[in-house]
Amino acid sequence: MKKISKITINEKWCKSCEICVQFCPKKVYDMGRFYPVIARPEDCIACKLCEKLCPDFAITVTSPDKAESNKK
Amino acid sequence: MDYLYYLRKEKMPHIWCDGCGHGIILKSILRVIDKLGWEKDDIAMVSGIGCSSRTPGYVDFNTLHTTHGRAIAFATGLKIVKPNLHVIVVSGDGDATAIGGNHFIHAARRNIDLTVIIYNNYIYGMTGGQASPTTPIGKKASTAPYGNPDAPFDISRLAQAAGAAYVARSTVYHVGKTDRYIEQAFLKKGFSVVEVMTPCPTSYGRRNKEGNGVEMMMFQKKNSVGVERAQKMSEEELQGKIITGVFVDKEQNNYLQRYDEVIDKAKQINQ
Amino acid sequence: MENIPNPNVRMWQGNVACAEGAIAAGCRFFAGYPITPSSEIAEVLALRFPVIGGNFIQMEDEIAAMGAIIGGSLGGAKTMTATSGPGFSLKQENIGFAVMAEVPCVIVNVQRGGPSTGLPTHAAQSDVMQARWGTHGDHPIIVLCPSSVRETYDLTIRAFNLAEKYRMPVILLSDEIIGHLTEKIEIPEPSTIEIIDRKKPTDTPENYLPYKMDDSDIPAMANFGEGYRYHVTGLAHDETGFPTNDPKKIRAQMLRLNRKIQRFRNDIVEVETFNTDDMDVLVISFGSTARSAKRAVINAREKGVKAGLLRLKTIWPFPDKEIEALYKPVRKIVVAEMNLGQIAHEVEWATRREKPVVRVNKIDGEPITPNEIFEAIIS
Repeated sequence: MKKISKITINEKWCKSCEICVQFCPKKVYDMGRFYPVIARPEDCIACKLCEKLCPDFAITVTSPDKAESNKK
Repeated sequence: MDYLYYLRKEKMPHIWCDGCGHGIILKSILRVIDKLGWEKDDIAMVSGIGCSSRTPGYVDFNTLHTTHGRAIAFATGLKIVKPNLHVIVVSGDGDATAIGGNHFIHAARRNIDLTVIIYNNYIYGMTGGQASPTTPIGKKASTAPYGNPDAPFDISRLAQAAGAAYVARSTVYHVGKTDRYIEQAFLKKGFSVVEVMTPCPTSYGRRNKEGNGVEMMMFQKKNSVGVERAQKMSEEELQGKIITGVFVDKEQNNYLQRYDEVIDKAKQINQ
Repeated sequence: MENIPNPNVRMWQGNVACAEGAIAAGCRFFAGYPITPSSEIAEVLALRFPVIGGNFIQMEDEIAAMGAIIGGSLGGAKTMTATSGPGFSLKQENIGFAVMAEVPCVIVNVQRGGPSTGLPTHAAQSDVMQARWGTHGDHPIIVLCPSSVRETYDLTIRAFNLAEKYRMPVILLSDEIIGHLTEKIEIPEPSTIEIIDRKKPTDTPENYLPYKMDDSDIPAMANFGEGYRYHVTGLAHDETGFPTNDPKKIRAQMLRLNRKIQRFRNDIVEVETFNTDDMDVLVISFGSTARSAKRAVINAREKGVKAGLLRLKTIWPFPDKEIEALYKPVRKIVVAEMNLGQIAHEVEWATRREKPVVRVNKIDGEPITPNEIFEAIIS
């Protein structure tokens, strides 16, 4: 089975700007009613562009290998 | 990396609007600090007044939020007294080049070893969208309701002309470039400037019908031109484009090195 | 033996004494912008600092110079800038920052005639109120006025000591006459000079509160880059140093800020009295004018008029108690100053207008002569 990145969205800090939804090269996110929804996690290639472009420090992407070993 | 390690988490979420790019710039700064392995105790972040200048409040360094436009002056004194501190100034287009324009050009001339990160969003965002020195001609602002009659500064070219040792421009969309330029600027032992174009959807985009943060970043994506390519383009072709890249990267003695020479001379004469 | 020259005798100008006093006080960073009649202070320090391990920088303007000395002080140095009238106006913005953020530093204003460019090469004492209220908002300030070259040296040292002790900017309000007056003086042995340094935190960095409310009213100050990562802002802030809009916290900090002066005013206020024990006429003066006033008092005594002099070395906080202790028995008060009555107004207030206050004022660049004060005493 394909390993999947671990993506977390801190809804307390998210301001719903949709930058992640728009700029994810693999279109992993859909916009939900208030917050982005991780609609296609299996498509994530852990490029972390969403994390880097999230102005609100609300997205954390842990690449599959690190997600498994549960490192910091 | 763990951004939270560098943040004063209890101050979050930050005050910047949805779609504002300031948080993206802050992330770039923190990534570079993390990569360089700088200790939090060894970093001072100094700012003036405005949206960008709220940055120091969120980071767990020695932080100094000064008066409007004066951050570079405060930072100069701090750097001279504590030369081992990494002194980073964060400033906006209005803060750095209107009220603080004199300090900006003179720090460049002096080549004091500071890095100034300029968050350029063409507007005074915090106070409701007044025209700044980078608001393009004809664009609307609360103090330019019929369109701005003033010509804008090109901040990077200004820094270059004033003698800065390192000058580069990026956009918040081009996050990889931003990281690279900030790293080069941090490592430069002289006055270094990184100008990052950042959307202000609330006070600029809305008034000028340029859309929300996403749309303004799409504009950055489509309209940025590298400095090398820009050299081959005509002025008409460059209309409305954002020229990105490294404008200056030169080695020259910085202020403290020159002052060390002054000390040597003074001691020879007075011994 | 008597031919061995005294190593502590100097032939100094007031401005030189100021620069040397700063060095004696431990000042090692000066940022300035040239302006007559203060420039000699910058020039002396530009010459001296590289040799003794200090830093001199000529900034692009007065605003920058004021900002730089605040930044330098946060780095842990004792810092100073020097200027005159128009430059003093420009510094007000960042003087307010130093008050609000409680950053010790010394600002020298060698007064010249104003307003505006005014009289660059002539003396005045017309920045008394600007020194008190030049920056906006309710704020405390300490202002010292020297009357001689030696006193310029002493009060410069004292300005640093008070700045460090009370964590605030201190203004040395000299004037063109004192600044450019050359006198033979004997400076004290360095070992006899009292030097006060800012209170350092004893708390761990985790528990450090840069604006702590405690019995001392003066929070300990950590230097940047020494393990205490804290926030400094000109915004209203709470004990942590971060901005707040909480009226209770703002009020507490603002009252403490102003209380520093009210509570310790007896330590701060210094005056000198001369022939005041049996006087009928009280003469009040300060700075260069106090020299004429002293001569006038002596001349009046020779004519049989019992005059006495109160010379203000501290003008802010205002020496109201000291005036109160003296004025009751006198028949009138003469206030001599090179302005249109800035101190006289305070004297009237301090004496509740119970005695006639005769003003001897001059604003044309000429010093007030002993005879002009003498006339006011005997009239």
